[in-house]
Amino acid sequence: MQTGVATGVPSGQSAAPALTQTAQRIGVPREIFPGEKRVATVPEVVEKLVKLGFSVAVETGAGNAADLSDDAYRAAGASVVADATQLWATSDIVFKVRPPTPQEVAAMPEGQTLVGFVWPAQNPELMQQLTAKKATVLAIDALPRTLSRAQKMDALTSQAGVAGYRAVIEAANAFGRFFNGQITAAGKVAPAKVFIAGAGVAGLAAIGTAASLGAIVRANDTRAEVADQVVSLGGEFVKVDYEEEGSGGGGYAKVMSEGFQQAQRAMYAKQAQEVDIIITTALIPGKPAPKLITADMVKSMKAGSVIVDMAAEQGGNCELTVPGQAVVVHGVTIVGYTDLVSRLSRQSSTLYATNLFRLTEELCKTKDGVIHVNMEDDAIRGLTVTKDGAITWPAPPPKVIAAPVAAKPAAAPAAKKAHGHGAPSEPMAGNKLAILFGVVAALFWYVGANAPEAFLAHFTVFVLACFVGYMVVWNVKPALHTPLMSVTNAISSIIAIGALVQIAPPMMVGAAGRPDDWIRWLAALGIVLTSINMFGGFAVTQRMLAMFRK
Amino acid sequence: MSASLATVSYIGATILFILSLGGLSNQESARRGNLFGMIGMTIAVLATVLGPKVGASGYAWIVGAMVVGAAIGLYAARTVQMTQMPELVALMHSMVGLAAMLVGFATFVDPEAAKEFTGAAKSIHEMEIYIGILIGAMTFSGSIVAFGKLSGRIGGNPLLLPGRHFMNLAGLLVVVYFGGLFLQAHSIAEAMTPVIVMTVIALLFGVHMVMAIGGADMPVVVSMLNSYSGWAAAATGFMLSNDLLIVVGALVGSSGAILSYIMCNAMNRSFISVIAGGFGTTSAATKPAAGAAQPAGEVVAVNAAETAELLREAKNIIIVPGYGMAVAQAQHTVFEITKTLREKGVNVRFGIHPVAGRMPGHMNVLLAEAKVPYDIVFEMDELNEDFPDTDVAIVIGANDIVNPAAQDDPGSPIAGMPVLEVWKAKTSIVMKRSMASGYAGVDNPLFYKDNNRMLFGDAKKMLDEVLTVLRT
Repeated sequence: MQTGVATGVPSGQSAAPALTQTAQRIGVPREIFPGEKRVATVPEVVEKLVKLGFSVAVETGAGNAADLSDDAYRAAGASVVADATQLWATSDIVFKVRPPTPQEVAAMPEGQTLVGFVWPAQNPELMQQLTAKKATVLAIDALPRTLSRAQKMDALTSQAGVAGYRAVIEAANAFGRFFNGQITAAGKVAPAKVFIAGAGVAGLAAIGTAASLGAIVRANDTRAEVADQVVSLGGEFVKVDYEEEGSGGGGYAKVMSEGFQQAQRAMYAKQAQEVDIIITTALIPGKPAPKLITADMVKSMKAGSVIVDMAAEQGGNCELTVPGQAVVVHGVTIVGYTDLVSRLSRQSSTLYATNLFRLTEELCKTKDGVIHVNMEDDAIRGLTVTKDGAITWPAPPPKVIAAPVAAKPAAAPAAKKAHGHGAPSEPMAGNKLAILFGVVAALFWYVGANAPEAFLAHFTVFVLACFVGYMVVWNVKPALHTPLMSVTNAISSIIAIGALVQIAPPMMVGAAGRPDDWIRWLAALGIVLTSINMFGGFAVTQRMLAMFRK
Repeated sequence: MSASLATVSYIGATILFILSLGGLSNQESARRGNLFGMIGMTIAVLATVLGPKVGASGYAWIVGAMVVGAAIGLYAARTVQMTQMPELVALMHSMVGLAAMLVGFATFVDPEAAKEFTGAAKSIHEMEIYIGILIGAMTFSGSIVAFGKLSGRIGGNPLLLPGRHFMNLAGLLVVVYFGGLFLQAHSIAEAMTPVIVMTVIALLFGVHMVMAIGGADMPVVVSMLNSYSGWAAAATGFMLSNDLLIVVGALVGSSGAILSYIMCNAMNRSFISVIAGGFGTTSAATKPAAGAAQPAGEVVAVNAAETAELLREAKNIIIVPGYGMAVAQAQHTVFEITKTLREKGVNVRFGIHPVAGRMPGHMNVLLAEAKVPYDIVFEMDELNEDFPDTDVAIVIGANDIVNPAAQDDPGSPIAGMPVLEVWKAKTSIVMKRSMASGYAGVDNPLFYKDNNRMLFGDAKKMLDEVLTVLRT
């Protein structure tokens, strides 16, 4: 494996980075968006990127807001660059969190690869600027999320999980009581009731966090299929009393009908009166957030209640939300922070960096420090919003991999459970058994009608011995099948007796017309063969069995 | 020793043999079982030699022959590698078959042996000789071919002659026809031709039968030949009117038959289809065309260091060994890794498929040789449900027995065969030399699963590297 770190500053390769054989340089600038505390890579991930063959450069202070010092990056094998412009200019690949600002785009050399959140639908001018730079842009937000292979790269999920957790923490901070019910010497405390609107990744994380703090958690989502997930995290699913399926494909919800919305409002109004904390996470892609909590509902809430509006950035789910601020209206604290993820910057940065690392792994299967944007790969194709200056967004829908259910033959043979040994076999079907009995009876009748008595005596012994063998061997553990075979093999050399009685039968030797020598030699050879078997078989069994130990 | 005393000794020997097989049913009593077998055999041989049927003039012959045989047998038992057990067992079966054939011939050419029989009894006696030689010859040649296949001297692919079923049928008819001639013959010289013809056909039939069977079915074949060698002994017993031979032959014969049945069950195939042979060729060629899904996607390869990393982070590990482990002689390294991990508190277990390897119980013997304690070695049914709670499942040189197509793809030639569900583990690692398919010639969708990693290379070498990393 290539472990050497390319120390020289690669320059002049940017025109055709995919063709160069020298290791590419990944640049990680400091995020300049106000309030953004995350950073696109962390020291642990730097090590792994270096192992993949890349060299990594980090702008000085990039990790400060996430408690990651320049020294930590240096120790992990990254070089620290003082100047952002220089960093942009000398990197083949740039990892970012937020979409680049016009200034940052201006600093990009032509043909650079950019990885980060881009939101191509919301930022058409940015897309134009990036294509002008002939950039290849991998928008982590454009990842086809339904592809199970892509889950490891799904930064939306990882960041939403962080936000959901933080939302509960913010709520707990603003809420004047315990979350869990307690019975103390000073009196009884009722558990807090938390209602979570929207059970996506953020909502589910919030449910889990609130439940683990001891609150009574209820949740609602227009997609009925998430009910089980809500319950599995310790929440209670509250249904809207109206029949309509709200799944809009790709794991998002869609806009619901008027009738449904009315029923939903009634349900929210009821919940608002009952619960202490509401956390809203409802988002519809490409549209302003639905207004779920009206001013009247806020008014109906108990004083001291808390609303955390995680959709604040898209306008908020609550009519009274002020994005970026926590306000108190009608005695209810409405938290509209838009930087929940940044408020847990170390955690979110680590997860984000790992998502990007997984993506890099996919881009660099050869582990030689050079990325290859394979447009045949569904996941990569989806991510790539511009390639070498051409807009490739939106990607065509990924090929359907799972064939429709109808294509599967209805009656796939269920794997029969092997009956083990020891376990009695299933009873035979009645008619089969009858036929078997019939055949055996006929056979026995035939033998009995024709064979002399002497033969029948032997026949009796034979049949009974077969049954004894069956009974005895049926219980043998499979682990001992090999020793069993070698021991039965040794025992079958009992055939030696046949040879022994032929070698020199006292009455017959010398009888007229008996080819004594012939018989003797045949028998002697038989004895040699069977004694090889006899001694060899028992000895090897002994050797094997001696090895079995507890 | 009188005839009655000899008979009583035989009864004693019979009981000891039954106890011997019974003792083999679990590990604690197995060694005693083997001891019973030895004592039984000693009693049987002594009772025969000292009994009324052996004259003093034969002692020198007997002692000489037994010493030679014992020397060869003990030498072979000492030196055989545990991985070669299937070959050794097959070779030994061939000896029983040959001995049965020789005893049959000796009885056949001995006019005194038939003197006491008249009428129907004489016919039956002759039929017994005929059948005894037939089974003996088949066992002999079949086992030799099995030995050749198992030891790699003959290719493992099934040999499929055109019209093979008809050839077998024709052979059977010829044998029956000459059997009729044989019974009608008035003198030994007259009967010689039918016997020789029958023997040749039986030998050819044995060869043909085993040649037609593919490598993956070898466990069935070995246990089937085991069964045949028992029937050969039983037939000899009828021929010589010796109950001990009949009983022991029947014991061995039925135990072999049951083993074959268990093996067939483990592959979800009927005994007939195994014997008819040709598995994995005709069916594989026609079925995929009928819409069976060809696995697609890409495999993710890992190296030894990454494997060690995965193992180090795991809490629950199941190791699934296959024939590849036997070939690479990797069982000792496997145990060293197991030991290292267990010392760190990792729960390491082994999952054994009933037909893993080339002989029933092959893997268990190899693991026992490497000193793996048998209480962490489990059968498929015992731990198949535990895979979802398993962090890492390592497949060492196995293929068909972990093929999810057996469950998912009704068009697959191995559809319905019970398999170890390693793909349900959080991560599975498959160690293989290359992407070649298993003996059944079926591609394995497991390799393309998202949670599967491939570790290519010789199992022993790779595991040694993994062990080195684990110990640092």
